[in-house]
Amino acid sequence: MNEFKKLTRKTQMTTGGPVFVYVDEEQDKIVRMTPMDLDENDADSWKIEARGRTFQPPRKTTYTAFTAGFKGTIYTDRRIMYPMKRVDFDPNGERNEEKRGESGYERISWDEALDIVTGEIRRIKREFGPGAMVIEPSSHHLWGNIGYRHSALFRFMNTVGMTYADHNPDSWEGFHWGATHMWGFTARLGNPEQTDLFEDCIQNCEMMVFWSSDPETNNGIYSAYESTIRRRWLKELGVKMVFIDPYYNNTNLLYGGKWFSPQLGTDSALALGIAYTWLTEGTYDKEYVKTHTFGFDEWTEYVLGKTDGIPKTTEWAAEECNIPAHEIRALAREWAKNKTMLAAGGLGGWGGACRSPIGMDWARLMVALITMQGLGKPGINMYSTTQGVPVDSDFYFPGYADGGIAGDCDNSAAGATFVYRMFDGVKSRPMTSNLSTGSGVHLHRMRLPECVLDDEVEWYGRGFVGASQEQQFHKYTYPAAGYSRIQMLYKYGGPHIGTMGEGNRYARMYRTKRLPFVVSQSIWMEGEVPFADIILPACTNFERWDIGEWCSNSGYNPDSHNQCNHRVIMLQQKCINPVGESKSDYEIFRAICEKLNVGQVFSEGKTDLDWAKQMFYASDLPTVISWEEFFEKGYYIVPVTNKAPSAPAFRWFAEDREQDVRGWISRFRPGDLVDQKGLQTQSGKVEFVSNSLKRFGHYDTDDKERPLMPMYIPSWEGHHTDRIKTYPLAVVSPHPRFTFHTHSDGKNSYVNDIKDHRVLIDGFYYWIFRINSVDAEARGIKDGDIIKAYNERGSVLFAAKVTERIPAGTCHCYESSAEYVPLGEPGNSTDRGGCINILTPARLMSKYASGMATEHCLVEVEKWKGDN
Amino acid sequence: MKQHYMIIDVALCFDCNDCFMACKDEHIGNNWAPYTDEQPRHGHRWMNILRTERGKAPRMDIHFLPMPCQHCENAPCIKASNGAITRREDGIVMIDMIKAKGNEALVKSCPYGAIYWSEEAATPQKCTFCAHILDHDPVLTMPRCAHSCPTNAIVHYLLEPEEMEAKIKEEALEVFRPELGTNPHVFYKNLYMYTKNFISAEVLVNGECFEGANVTLSGASAASATTDYFGEFKFDDLADGDYTLKVTSENLEYSTDFTIDGKSLNLGEIILR
Repeated sequence: MNEFKKLTRKTQMTTGGPVFVYVDEEQDKIVRMTPMDLDENDADSWKIEARGRTFQPPRKTTYTAFTAGFKGTIYTDRRIMYPMKRVDFDPNGERNEEKRGESGYERISWDEALDIVTGEIRRIKREFGPGAMVIEPSSHHLWGNIGYRHSALFRFMNTVGMTYADHNPDSWEGFHWGATHMWGFTARLGNPEQTDLFEDCIQNCEMMVFWSSDPETNNGIYSAYESTIRRRWLKELGVKMVFIDPYYNNTNLLYGGKWFSPQLGTDSALALGIAYTWLTEGTYDKEYVKTHTFGFDEWTEYVLGKTDGIPKTTEWAAEECNIPAHEIRALAREWAKNKTMLAAGGLGGWGGACRSPIGMDWARLMVALITMQGLGKPGINMYSTTQGVPVDSDFYFPGYADGGIAGDCDNSAAGATFVYRMFDGVKSRPMTSNLSTGSGVHLHRMRLPECVLDDEVEWYGRGFVGASQEQQFHKYTYPAAGYSRIQMLYKYGGPHIGTMGEGNRYARMYRTKRLPFVVSQSIWMEGEVPFADIILPACTNFERWDIGEWCSNSGYNPDSHNQCNHRVIMLQQKCINPVGESKSDYEIFRAICEKLNVGQVFSEGKTDLDWAKQMFYASDLPTVISWEEFFEKGYYIVPVTNKAPSAPAFRWFAEDREQDVRGWISRFRPGDLVDQKGLQTQSGKVEFVSNSLKRFGHYDTDDKERPLMPMYIPSWEGHHTDRIKTYPLAVVSPHPRFTFHTHSDGKNSYVNDIKDHRVLIDGFYYWIFRINSVDAEARGIKDGDIIKAYNERGSVLFAAKVTERIPAGTCHCYESSAEYVPLGEPGNSTDRGGCINILTPARLMSKYASGMATEHCLVEVEKWKGDN
Repeated sequence: MKQHYMIIDVALCFDCNDCFMACKDEHIGNNWAPYTDEQPRHGHRWMNILRTERGKAPRMDIHFLPMPCQHCENAPCIKASNGAITRREDGIVMIDMIKAKGNEALVKSCPYGAIYWSEEAATPQKCTFCAHILDHDPVLTMPRCAHSCPTNAIVHYLLEPEEMEAKIKEEALEVFRPELGTNPHVFYKNLYMYTKNFISAEVLVNGECFEGANVTLSGASAASATTDYFGEFKFDDLADGDYTLKVTSENLEYSTDFTIDGKSLNLGEIILR
């Protein structure tokens, strides 16, 4: 028998859950990573009594497949092993910008790479002044409060003097731009509070309606399969489940339950058909509506057709959404009869439908429906089962949006609490922005190509508009008055092409002299990395130190750790040395700063581990565990013994009490409310006619997609458009299951071998496009064929999956392919990588709502003939 | 002697692929000789998640059958192997890395298709139940697939054969493809969800979904149900054969004959008059 290697257990965190990492230290090699089995010294789990049973979660964490297979992205031939320079790029001569995406690369030393990058930074600062250097990270890169984009990247950005390309709230859109005008919650970007709702749900709820909500695919956010056990308990208790989703989704298939598949872009019509039934049959909570809403009568007139002559009957809805009228009535009646919770998206809010052209109306109608049934009464709430478990949220540990080592109060949540705990202002100082501020320079991530290519760009609202509803109406223009145009793009993390609308725009953006210098700091050669002039190889968080808490965003997603059955705060231990010549993001930033003579300002002489230790002392951890013990064990489970008394979300509102739930609004934004009672809206009630929209005063004229009240506005990418004649298939493209954004896709990882992720055909792993048998047959397409989907925005190759999970006329294709493989001219030819976002609209939600609406697109599909 | 078994519940599998990835994590880049060579980076499915889509939208379902090596007591691969594949006393079927070298024919000997060929190692390979962990690892005491499963759909057991016999009866466990006579050590719960079919429909009275109608099934098997609030019913676990379906409510009645022939049926709307 062989001797087996001695393995050392390390701890690490990912977007798909925490892991124990087993390392062969002698060989400097990660052998395996597993979910965590909690031990007897870890704090006890919560316990809930309900309906004669006791419910307690398993003493083990869960993870997703892409985390289980993470090693396949650490050890891969797609890792960038050393710094590189585009062969035809000469910073002192011909730059050949138009060749980006085609030219090859040559290996250079770190010194050479840093000299070129810092040389360009000096030149641009001298010649163009501030604002000309733009830095743009992807969403959800790696895990850890030190290495994260809000942390090390912001500290670098602000030390050097770069401008941030504002992110749009790509998972919130309809709730952000729509629901905030109905119930406030701007501090949550329009999502509802979720505190203590699991207990309420398991004790009182009789029926769950999952609407554009698929927690078994999207895991709330980051929480892997923590909530799966909760839904299983609900099923065991006989709680009825209904799923409304164009696609027979992975949650539906696990729990059964009635499936409604509305025609794409017609969810609002379905919602109005339900409301009509309740209004005409008198099966809504009339007393509640009388005391808790504003403008309800005016909206009722619209639903009943008194103002526009179209009663929103179930027959009318059936015509729009292809669901029989009698089934809509049955759903409405059963909903009204039972204490029902509405899972409107995967996180009590969100949901793919909110990222579609109808997103703002859909999100507002979700608020309308649950309000009509008595939002906040026992068993009646907007709740998706992914959050609201009874953990102790008062135990302080910062989330990644709390600003980390930057403490940037303009671009993160640092100013709420964290910055005062982290920096004493003497030995350690935050690094705030003087450019990406209210009055500084702004770029909108979805308008980045236009900011480069067009003379002037304008939009409303600065990305995440978390301050107030009113700030959504601030107008921004690029270039900002007095500032230069972009001279340099410092790209960090995953690609735009697979994640933003009309992705080819980004490829074209690179291929112009209007963008003289591009750096890409990336772990893998993928997506748009091969458009850069200089490539700097970064490493994963498994190759450096960090500290973080599972699922803890904080900021606009406060107390989101209450998705997990246990609060897991982790020292993310360096497991191996960086692969090849790669370095941690922090070390790369530090090296650049040192060359620019601001190294000490950036790093304060600290390593990433030093910062992790400083963060440990900025949290409540030192009150319960020593640094040495934490360092040794690697994690801490927060006990539930000090949990605040149960205060279910919206109960205070339903009962006209003072706001008593935990989270931003009560703790940090008291000014949002009047007397701490009522909602953030002008009336303090749920506004069916929005005062905040009325005040802006443009609605008689030109915001067609966001009327004063939630209505059915036919989708501008839907079946009522002329384009449907040319592009007859409507594609729904939700967030994917087997990669977090582009984080785990491609990379020659074995994630590619997952049958429902990519399909290997003739040596290439194609992204999957799901098509009904009727549509497939009409086009001579068989399961496993390579197909080309196209519209006027571009064309993309996929592997066809012929299935009944999606009805005829609609197709399903997850977004977020990491691969961009143009068959011809980059930006103007067919992509083989599978970026459905090449075909999705670049259009923003409406004239005044700068959200993206990439969930739906119209296409035609054919069997691929081998053309470009 | 205690034997290693695996019980897999089809009802709890939702294709999360944690098992498939955990298997890759364990075996790609790690050589667990003498148990098994490194798994090639791509192509092998030591845990092969089979899938079936039943019915037609909107009355359909999808089920998965995670299928590792079945660790058969009567293993065809052993017979074909000339001593290169053996069954340990604890029931685990092992391919000898050295004796099986170059013997690509062994891949075809498994009726479940659970043996894969590694070009790199020039050897047939398959699931070992993570025997290297079961034998040596003090922390993980079960195969990686079972340890990673978030719903406990995959559970590993070490039991005396008599204990397992009792469990099989108690929990109505079945083996996949019993007609092969291989006596696997992998057992399934709710196997019918993968191997058999259902019939489902929606009952309407006066144009509305009708709750509480009595539905009876007779013929190849018999069952009864009442319609739910969407007027729907579903009879599952149906073998191929001829059936009669009767829907009644007070003085209303509907009856139809149907045949299950390898496919589930969504009869659509039944109008009860």
